[in-house]
Amino acid sequence: MTLRFDPLNIVVCGIGGQGNVLAAEILGSAMCDRGCRVAVGETYGASQRGGSVMSHVRVSNQWDPSVLIPAGEAHIIIGFEPLETLRIARKYAGAETVTVYDPRPVYPLGVLQGIQTYPPLEDLQAEIQSLSSVALAIPAADIAMEAGDSKAANIALLGAFSQLAAAPLSGEDLEKILAQRFRGGVLELNRRAFAMGREAARKGGAV
Amino acid sequence: MTANAPGQVCLMQGNEAIVRGAVEAGIHFAASYPGSPSSQILGMLGKIARERNFYAEWSTNEVCALQACCGASLAGARALCVVKQNGLLCTADALHCAAQHGVKGGLVIVSSDDPSAHSSTNEFDSRWQALSAGIPLLEPTTMQEAKDMIPYAFELSEAVGQIVLVRLTTRVCHGRGNVALGALPEKPRALERVKEWDRMVCVCYMHGPALQKLEELRQRFEVSPFNHYDGPEAPRRLVIAGGTGCLYGQEALRRLNAGAETGFLALGTLWPLPEAYILKHLRAAEEVLILEEVDPFLEQAIQALAGREGLRVRFLGRSGGALPRIGELDPDNVTAAIARLIGASLPEKRPAGELELPVREMSFCAGCPHRATFYLLKRAMRQEKHPGVVVGDIGCYFMAGQSAGQYAYQVCNCMGSGVNVAEGLGQLTNYGLDQKVVTMCGDSTFFHTILPGLVNATYHNANMLLIVLDNSATAMTGFQPHPGTGLTAMGEAVKPMDIPKILDAVGCKVEVADPFDVVEAEKTLRRLLDQPGMNVLIMRQPCATLKAKERSRKPVRVYVDQSVCLGDGCGCDKYCSRVWGCPGNTWDFRNNKAQIDPVTCVGCGVCAKLCPSGAIRVEEESEERNRCVPAGADLTTKGGEEA
Repeated sequence: MTLRFDPLNIVVCGIGGQGNVLAAEILGSAMCDRGCRVAVGETYGASQRGGSVMSHVRVSNQWDPSVLIPAGEAHIIIGFEPLETLRIARKYAGAETVTVYDPRPVYPLGVLQGIQTYPPLEDLQAEIQSLSSVALAIPAADIAMEAGDSKAANIALLGAFSQLAAAPLSGEDLEKILAQRFRGGVLELNRRAFAMGREAARKGGAV
Repeated sequence: MTANAPGQVCLMQGNEAIVRGAVEAGIHFAASYPGSPSSQILGMLGKIARERNFYAEWSTNEVCALQACCGASLAGARALCVVKQNGLLCTADALHCAAQHGVKGGLVIVSSDDPSAHSSTNEFDSRWQALSAGIPLLEPTTMQEAKDMIPYAFELSEAVGQIVLVRLTTRVCHGRGNVALGALPEKPRALERVKEWDRMVCVCYMHGPALQKLEELRQRFEVSPFNHYDGPEAPRRLVIAGGTGCLYGQEALRRLNAGAETGFLALGTLWPLPEAYILKHLRAAEEVLILEEVDPFLEQAIQALAGREGLRVRFLGRSGGALPRIGELDPDNVTAAIARLIGASLPEKRPAGELELPVREMSFCAGCPHRATFYLLKRAMRQEKHPGVVVGDIGCYFMAGQSAGQYAYQVCNCMGSGVNVAEGLGQLTNYGLDQKVVTMCGDSTFFHTILPGLVNATYHNANMLLIVLDNSATAMTGFQPHPGTGLTAMGEAVKPMDIPKILDAVGCKVEVADPFDVVEAEKTLRRLLDQPGMNVLIMRQPCATLKAKERSRKPVRVYVDQSVCLGDGCGCDKYCSRVWGCPGNTWDFRNNKAQIDPVTCVGCGVCAKLCPSGAIRVEEESEERNRCVPAGADLTTKGGEEA
C-alpha cells in the first residue's frame, strides 16, 4: 500500500474511557492486514481514572517502527477533547499535520476545583488551527449520543478521519473492520455513528 | 492466539506475544499475581488453558506463584511465572534460593518494568535481580522477539537447569507490532514422575555449580540469534542497545543519516554478557553510547569489561548525563544522545505556545465507592481532638493521597505495608502518641500481603483501625479474580473466602458498612475509632466500573435542578464539583450553577445526599432513554488491564 510518508505517524489522544485505545488498535490492525509494518504505542496508565491517554500508530513499508513518534513528526492527530488535542499538537504537530478533533471540553478536576483555568475554547481552537495544515472540528460525542450512545464517539471520529485526504484507509476499509469486530446492536450503533461522522466531515469541508 | 498458522503475520500486543510464545513453547503451568504493565498475560493464558491442556492460576501473591512454578518444574513441567517489577522483588528470597537449587523442567519468569512509572508508584530495574541471583537475563527489542524469546528461554532453562528471567518494559507490554507466528506443539510433553533421588534443595554447596551454569550460558550467548550487529567492521563510534532503546536508536541514525559510519549493536542476552561478541565490536571504539531502560546496568557491566581489557573508551549513557538518569527512553532523548555522539545538530524546535494548559490529574472514577469512604474518613478525623495519622497502601486507593481522596494519608510504603506501619504507630499510642491510627487495604491486597500483618497487629493488640475497602475486585489492574471472588483464572467457580470470617477467626473486632449509606457508615466509623485495640471496618460496595461493565444501562438519572442550585451564592462553596471531586459533577460556567455530566455519571447518587440545597435529583431511568446498548457491550476500552 502506498503511504504519503514512511513511516506514516498518527496520534490518537483524549481522556481515559473515551475509547481511543480501541480506535488506535482498529487502525493498526487494518494496516497490518494490508501488509505494512505497524507499531502501536499506548500510554494508558491513567485510563478510566480521568488522566490523559494517547496512542501512537505508525506504519511503514520498510522498517519496524518504534512504538513512539518523535516530537514534531505526527502527520495526523485524532483528538477526543480540545485541551488534549492542543497538548498533543504542541508536541507532535509538524509541517504537514492534519487534525480532526471533538471540540467538546471535558474539564480537569483542577479546573472544577478552581485551582486551574480552562483556556477559552476559541483560543484552544485557534492554536490547534495554527499548528495544523488542516484542522477539522467534529462534535463526535454529540453525534454519538444522537446515534444512540456517547461511547460510540470514537467510531464517529474515525468516520470523520476516513474522509481526510491524508488518511491511509478509506471509509469502506474501516467499515469492513467494524463488521469484523462488532455484532448485533453494537455494530448497528457503530455503523450509524461512523456514517454520521463521515457526513459531518464532508459538510465540514474535509480535505 | 491458538491458531496453528505458522508464518501468518498478526498485529500483536507485547503481552499477547508473550502468551503466544508460551503456547508455542508448550507450557504445562502458569502462575501470576496481576501487576501492570503485564496483567493481561495470565488473564489471556487462563482463557486458553483448557484448550491447550495446561494449568493457569491467579496466585494469591507472587511468592506463591514462583514457588508453585518450582514445584511444577520438579515434575519436569515447563512453568511460566509472570510478575511486575515490585512482584519480582516480593519473590527475592524464593528467587535467590531457586537459583541456587536450579530447576528440572524449564522455569521462565517474565518480569515487567514500568519506566517513568506510568501505572506504578516507582520505577525499578528488574535486571539487578538477575545479576544478584546469578540467573540468565533476556530482553526483547521488538514484539517478534518478545514471542520468539519465550520458547528460546525454556530451551535455555532446560539445557542448563536454571531459571531464565525475561525482562519487559511498559512500551513492549502495551505496544503492538507485527508478529509472524510459529508452529504450535501437537500436545504438551509428558510429565516425569519425581524420582527418589531428584533434588531441588537450596544448600550452600550448590553455589559453585550455579556459577558454572552462568559460564555455560555465556558460551551459548556468544552465538545467540538475539544479538545483532550492523555497521562498519571496526567502528570508532558505537551504539549498544538493550530493549526498547534499539528501535529508537535505529530510527535516530536513519533520521540523522549516520548509519554508515556508526556501529549499532543490539543485545537480547543481557546477563551473563556475551563478552567475546561485545569485545569484537568494542575494541576499536573510542566512544560508546548505551541505550537501556531505567538504570545504567549494561553501561556499568560493559565499562567493567572494557576496563578489564585495558580499552580506552568514553562511555555515554544513563550515568554520564547523555541520557536522563530517570524516566523512560523515548525517540527524542535517544535522538539527542545520538546527535551528541556523532556531532550532528538536532531538528529545530517550535517555540512553545503562550496559553497555559491545565494538567489533568488522575482521580477515582465516577461513582467509585472509595471517594465516599475517604470523604467520611476525612470528616471523622477532622472532628478528632488531634488530627489522626492515616497510613496508605497499594491499590486504586493509592490515589487517596492526592486531591481525589482529600489528601487522606501521610505515609505509604509498598503493597501490604499499611497494616504493619500502622501497627508500629498503634503501639506508640501506649507511649504518649495521642493520635488515632488508621490504615486501609483493598480486598485483593488483603489476601496478597495483609494477612501476616493482621495477625501481628491483633496478637500484639495495637490500637488502630484497618479499613478494608471491599469492592469485590482487583480493580486497579483490570478485575482479575482473587480468593474473595469465587472465581479462578480458568473460569472455574469455587468457594469464595469470607473476609469477615477470617477476621473473626484472627480475633479482631469487625464491622461492615456501606460507604454509600453516608450517615450510617460515618456512625460506624466513629464508633470504631473510639474503640481501643485492633479494629477492622469493612467498607463494602462493588467497584463502579465493574458494575457498569456488568449492566446494560444506568439504573437512575442524576441531574441538577438548576432552579434550586444556588450556584456561587450558596454557602457550600461549590461542594459537589470542587470538594467532592467526582468527574461526573461538573460546573456550568455559563449559568454559574452545578451540573452533572451525563456521559461520565454512573448514577451512584451519593452527591445528591451531600448537596445542602437538595438541588441534585435522582430519577428512575426510563426505557426510552436507554436504547441500543445490549448487556456487556464494551464499545470503548480494549478490555482487560487499566493500570
